[in-house]
Amino acid sequence: MDLLDPLLLARWQFGLTTLYHYLFVPLTLGLALVVAIFQTVWHRTGDVKWLHLTRLFGKIFLINFAMGVVTGIVQEFQFGMNWSAYSRFVGDVFGAPLAFEGLMAFFFEATFIGLWIFGWDRLPRILHLASIWMVVLGSTLSAYFILAANAFMQNPVGYQMAADDGRAELIDFWAVLTNPVVLAAFPHTIFAAWMFAAAVVIAVSAWHLSRGQHLETMRSSLRFGLWFMIVSFAGVAVSGDQLSLVMVATQPMKMAAAEAMWDSACGADASFSIFSLGTPDGTEEIWSLRVPYLLSLLSTHSFDGCVEGLNDLQALYEQQFGEGVSYMPIIWVTYWSFRWMIGLGGAAALVAVAGLWVTRKRATRPVAGWMWKVAIWAAPLPLLGSLVGWVFTEMGRQPWIVFSLMLTEDGVSPGVPGWTVLISLVAFTLIYAALAVVEFGLILKAAQKGPDPLPDPNAPGGDADDSTRLTSTVY
Amino acid sequence: MDLAYLWFWIIGFLFIGYFVLDGFDFGVGMSLPFLGKDDVGRRQIINTIGPVWDLNETWLIVAGASLFAAFPEWYATLFSGFYLPLLLILLALIARGVSFEYRHQRDSLQWKKGFDTMIVVGSAVPALLWGVAFANIVQGVPIDQDFEFTGTLLTLLNPYALLGGLTTLLLFFTYGVSFVALKTDGQVHDDARRLAARSGFLTIAVAAVFLLWTVLAHPGLPVMVLAIVAALALILSVGANLRNREGWAFGFAAVTVVAAVGTLWFALYPFVMPSSTDPAFSLTIENASSTDYTLTIMSWAALIFLPLVLAYQGWTYWVFRRRVSRSHIEKAAAQAH
Repeated sequence: MDLLDPLLLARWQFGLTTLYHYLFVPLTLGLALVVAIFQTVWHRTGDVKWLHLTRLFGKIFLINFAMGVVTGIVQEFQFGMNWSAYSRFVGDVFGAPLAFEGLMAFFFEATFIGLWIFGWDRLPRILHLASIWMVVLGSTLSAYFILAANAFMQNPVGYQMAADDGRAELIDFWAVLTNPVVLAAFPHTIFAAWMFAAAVVIAVSAWHLSRGQHLETMRSSLRFGLWFMIVSFAGVAVSGDQLSLVMVATQPMKMAAAEAMWDSACGADASFSIFSLGTPDGTEEIWSLRVPYLLSLLSTHSFDGCVEGLNDLQALYEQQFGEGVSYMPIIWVTYWSFRWMIGLGGAAALVAVAGLWVTRKRATRPVAGWMWKVAIWAAPLPLLGSLVGWVFTEMGRQPWIVFSLMLTEDGVSPGVPGWTVLISLVAFTLIYAALAVVEFGLILKAAQKGPDPLPDPNAPGGDADDSTRLTSTVY
Repeated sequence: MDLAYLWFWIIGFLFIGYFVLDGFDFGVGMSLPFLGKDDVGRRQIINTIGPVWDLNETWLIVAGASLFAAFPEWYATLFSGFYLPLLLILLALIARGVSFEYRHQRDSLQWKKGFDTMIVVGSAVPALLWGVAFANIVQGVPIDQDFEFTGTLLTLLNPYALLGGLTTLLLFFTYGVSFVALKTDGQVHDDARRLAARSGFLTIAVAAVFLLWTVLAHPGLPVMVLAIVAALALILSVGANLRNREGWAFGFAAVTVVAAVGTLWFALYPFVMPSSTDPAFSLTIENASSTDYTLTIMSWAALIFLPLVLAYQGWTYWVFRRRVSRSHIEKAAAQAH
């Protein structure tokens, strides 16, 4: 293995920067909504505890938001820097959703976030409230366009090959925006992001409740977080089921790899393995624990459906796309990331269900200390689930950079030497690692500090020109 | 009219928007060591761009994405060819962006000092390198028949490009300091006005040479007119600062940025990345663009959304039109603790 292989380094860099970027995206998507809901409740009820919650989670949201923005720029730039051949090949199709994201969603989000942070006293209350909802709208729309672009890589639609075969050309933008993959992946991603936001709300509330502080406020946020988690998980499950169906139809190899299923099978034989061991070279299975029919159900929504195996698909693709290439992704990665995604998400939902049960009679009985600890330590579960979910989605697409159209190895920048990519990989790794530590520390500190004491905004006699009444958010 | 030509100007508009907006907040960032005598003063300076730096930077993301979509070949050649400068810009923008958000999170002077340094460096590096990059684009770089950049980092560090970088560095500095003068009061305001006038003279000298060089290398009426406008506006900006008219000073500096980037864009036309290896290998508006279908869809999006963006972003500037005063910072700080 050549350590200065630009392809290998570019792939590591893409994986690293994407996963790192995705540490912040779910919290941005989810907490924006949570904060918007809290602020709306405050607006409607005038109960100051909701203002406290708005500002507490708003602060966590902002610390996180900054990282999401700056790491997002890297995402856009590295297509051109590391993957210029890919960019030339798909720019006509792939660039359009990115440009739409910028024009329609990102401008919107960035503008209204500034208005929200600094507008507490400069804007009429209703406009200030509208600002955070605009941020929710902008970030969600932004996610849609990005996922539409990604969906094209999973399942290219709405294009034709140029006459000289040099590039893919857009012929139907609507088809790109309504790609079956994005229609299923968008709700799946959004609901998963909400799960993580719910988990953070639960953990912060549990931490304060376990110490007996801010009881009234934190009980409200805890119950909200638990319900929000369960609703979001239901959304994840339903959309995930839809996404499996689409995946079987569009990328059967990915589904087969998710199952490490070597041979095609039908009905009871199309079983879902919960655990499996393979031979060291990864081409055969030694032992597995299986649930009959489940894979058939997941893949086709019927008991007697058939699912294609890796070996048959390889033979099929060799006929279609040429021999001498393995069209299989790295099986152990897809197999385990698929299971961890489901397992981590399910565990987070279980914690929430248990939490709702335990806290159903508010304040009549103290909750055992270890239960709070579970709630706190469960916070990362949905995020980890989302991250391995992306590992599955992207690794499962291999060896294609655009499924059936372009191999990953053909997409890399031909003129960029390995040492250049290595420098950037090292630089990003170092700066990202340092920032991760700082960011985590800051969020922890903000969360543990809890709600800021505020002067009552409804108190009479406030100076109309006193712009510091609520504005503690200055740099 | 061919849509690819339209998009050449729209991309130009987006980059002008980016430099007009992020340009002054680079300058504000760089001015910290010169104008921020104490922590309150530095907070005063940073708060002048607090609500807007993020939306200013968004223009880069939109310009980049539009470049990708409208001119994939240009995007691919430029971003892979200018790899290391772009990497440095990215690292600088990361450091700078998080610093704005993180410096106030802890009440330790050491902590704040670290982030202030990152703001200064993170502002200066892009201010310099964007000039280097765009001067290189206009001048032409070695590109082969596959549109691949064949030069090295040293190719990019030629006299014209370095002069371009120095020009944007100084111009953004003067422009940003003018903004500080416009948006603050008290000591910071007085210092900023004087500093803007002084750095303005140096900027005029350097920018004049760069603009003259550009005009001589790319003779043409629009190039010449815009270069003259840029130079005149810069002189007027310095004059306005000398006469305590900071609104006009900032406005004229903004005109300078618009005219200077416009000069480069007209100098580039009808190329998007000329090849210094062989003119036949040059990327042009026509051979670098997307299909008409893609450009049509994007044109509709731009037609509908760009005016909307300008409207709500303009409104944001209106909402935050008041000067940032020392007393404001002190009161807010007292309340936070």
